[in-house]
Amino acid sequence: MKSYLTLLALAPIVACAACGSGFNDQQAQPSQQTSGPASLQILIGSSGQAETDAVKQAAAAWAKSSGNSATVTPAQDIGQQLGQAFAGGTPPDVFYVDASRFADYASVGALEPYGDKISNPADFYESLRTTFTFDGKFYCAPKDFSTLALVVNQDLWSKAGLSESDVPTTWDQLTAVSKKLKDSGVTPLAIGDTRDRIGAFMVEAGGWITTPDGKQATADSPQNAQALDYVRTLLKDKLAQYPKQLDAGWGGEAFGKAKAAMTVEGNWIKGALQADFPDVKYAVYEMPAGPKGKGTLSFTNCWGIAAKSKYKEQAISFVEAMTTVDQQMAFAKAFGVMPSRQSAKDAYAQEFPKDAAFLNGAAYAQGPVNAPKMDSVLADFDTGLQKLTTISSKSLLERVQKNTQSAIGG
Amino acid sequence: MFLRRGRGRLDATRETLAGWLFVAPVVLILGLFLLLPILMALWVSLTDWNGQGSPFQSGVPYVGTRNYTRLFTEDGLVREDFMTSVRNNIYYVAIVVPAQTVLALGLAVIVNSRMLKGRTFFRAAFFFPSVTSSVAISVVFLFMFANSGVVSQLLAVFGIDGPQWFSDSRGTLHLLLGGLGLVDPDNPPAALTGGGPFGLSWWEWLSGPSVAMWTIIMLVVWTTSGTFMLMFLAALQDIPVTLEEAAMLDGAGRRQRFRHVTLPLLRPTMFLVLTLGLISTWQVFDQIYVMSQGDPAKTTLTPAYLSYRMAFKNFDYGPGTAISFVLFAIIVVLTVVQRLIMRRRV
Repeated sequence: MKSYLTLLALAPIVACAACGSGFNDQQAQPSQQTSGPASLQILIGSSGQAETDAVKQAAAAWAKSSGNSATVTPAQDIGQQLGQAFAGGTPPDVFYVDASRFADYASVGALEPYGDKISNPADFYESLRTTFTFDGKFYCAPKDFSTLALVVNQDLWSKAGLSESDVPTTWDQLTAVSKKLKDSGVTPLAIGDTRDRIGAFMVEAGGWITTPDGKQATADSPQNAQALDYVRTLLKDKLAQYPKQLDAGWGGEAFGKAKAAMTVEGNWIKGALQADFPDVKYAVYEMPAGPKGKGTLSFTNCWGIAAKSKYKEQAISFVEAMTTVDQQMAFAKAFGVMPSRQSAKDAYAQEFPKDAAFLNGAAYAQGPVNAPKMDSVLADFDTGLQKLTTISSKSLLERVQKNTQSAIGG
Repeated sequence: MFLRRGRGRLDATRETLAGWLFVAPVVLILGLFLLLPILMALWVSLTDWNGQGSPFQSGVPYVGTRNYTRLFTEDGLVREDFMTSVRNNIYYVAIVVPAQTVLALGLAVIVNSRMLKGRTFFRAAFFFPSVTSSVAISVVFLFMFANSGVVSQLLAVFGIDGPQWFSDSRGTLHLLLGGLGLVDPDNPPAALTGGGPFGLSWWEWLSGPSVAMWTIIMLVVWTTSGTFMLMFLAALQDIPVTLEEAAMLDGAGRRQRFRHVTLPLLRPTMFLVLTLGLISTWQVFDQIYVMSQGDPAKTTLTPAYLSYRMAFKNFDYGPGTAISFVLFAIIVVLTVVQRLIMRRRV
């Protein structure tokens, strides 16, 4: 009786030796180029209907001219969907890769390093290429990018008796105008409580969390401490507030509700303000320079191609078509992103003169941390930043340093 | 004689075989969809699988129990995050389980009383939150507890300046101790901050649930008490009226009847409710995922959510699955302990 039970219990396991090897078959087969017309699967983390439509249209045009077919699928949660697809061994051929997740994907060999096969790779902004370089290899073509800038509410600005010439270009000036704004009864600055906003001040002070190649931790530096100390002063004097304290989900919402006169956000704020707060009059300026000059953060996605794709050649040709100057300008007009190619800069500047501050940021922007396994370390850093007013910069940075070292080294 | 016995044995064998044949589909399905995935996950928890391809191919590094030791003995962010999540969940369980059980029992007694008018209405009303999607309710709570939401406005009517619910990471036990003047939360005593078990200081262990966690606690107590009310109600209706009448004749008062007749008869249901409550509170995920994602300052991080985040965000599938097995062990141990206690107390 008992032996029957064991036998039966074991049966599915034995049966599933087959499903294990089913996986392995796919593994063993090196991702060979398949000839003939390809049917590309493209997964995008779309910002909205406008982006989905624009990418679908562009993909259809490419498919028609190249004789292939392309299916564009907008993802609900692209990180999770890609994770599952890689685990299952059947990832989409082409997909968006967020810069902050890039190193994780590249380090596990999920991405095809095709960056240099795209025509004129040097045309992509230097900082964007660095972002998508891992172990010395330029992996994937940057899709577009955003940078942070100082967004100013013009009504609140003039109400506090300030003029265009008062726009801060240094930290000292930022403190000075903030005091004036506070005296006029408004919160001067709404700044997101994460490394993705406060990090800009670290860059302006000449610091960052890792070295440019992402191999070494540099969090515990006097530059970073200086930046955090400065932000802490702003927060303590109520010259700056986190969005949650202003009852907003993010800086743009606090700004749109006129709860703050300034905010530090990226070019996505244009669309958000237009949609939710169309009456707010605002202008965008470059981030005020810190002790080590100008600095901002860039955010970007690249067109990742799966290392396991069967249609790599066609995928590269697809990415080529998506990253031409004309196509990037078409995307820019459709959903407000900045082209990643420098040769498209002038065309963009002409089309969107108000975005000059965002565009100029590309020259001195710092991309996200490009080392793998850093997600929980950076989440922990954010936790520290949320409590910035009550803890010392030094101990916070020492902690980040220790965690980064164990993540990168281990 | 011999022949008959032989045939009998043959029949018995046949019967056994037929029996197994009949249950085979269920055993197969359970094995394939329950047992096998668990064993596969167990294997993943012993490896450093990075989520590329199958975890059963040759290249996947086997690390033994390292993923488990990282959770308990190795000093680092993994252990700290895990212990923080365990701490949060302990406070969460310690408050939610008693609160929802008492509330459910109270509601059941009320809607069971024959004096109450419109019983059906109240039963439906109390049960309603249980059948609503947890995600939808979570979103409603997000609005209610927003800084300018209903709750804060209601508190303002009474002249109370409510907290910024979802961004308040202060531990309420810290606040309580501070309020009693025992310690200064901004400057905790060195004896407590110096050291403590598993990489968290005693001070951190003693934080209590954060203000943000309280919103989730309230939400869960409110939604689940309806379900458990239904179970208590069913048990209450099973109690023979004669017993109560007999107790009444013996001169037992209302409170005595409840304490010495009703409660002992509810024991099996009580066990069920406590067990289900314990399991579901240790596994809390939906509300965290929708409402807080572990923020503010990791005070709503729970093992279930941490496991998800590690596996799918960091590609640390090994430690991620290890957490889920530790969670499983915690639940089993607590359920067994609870069973022993309930059996002893007659």
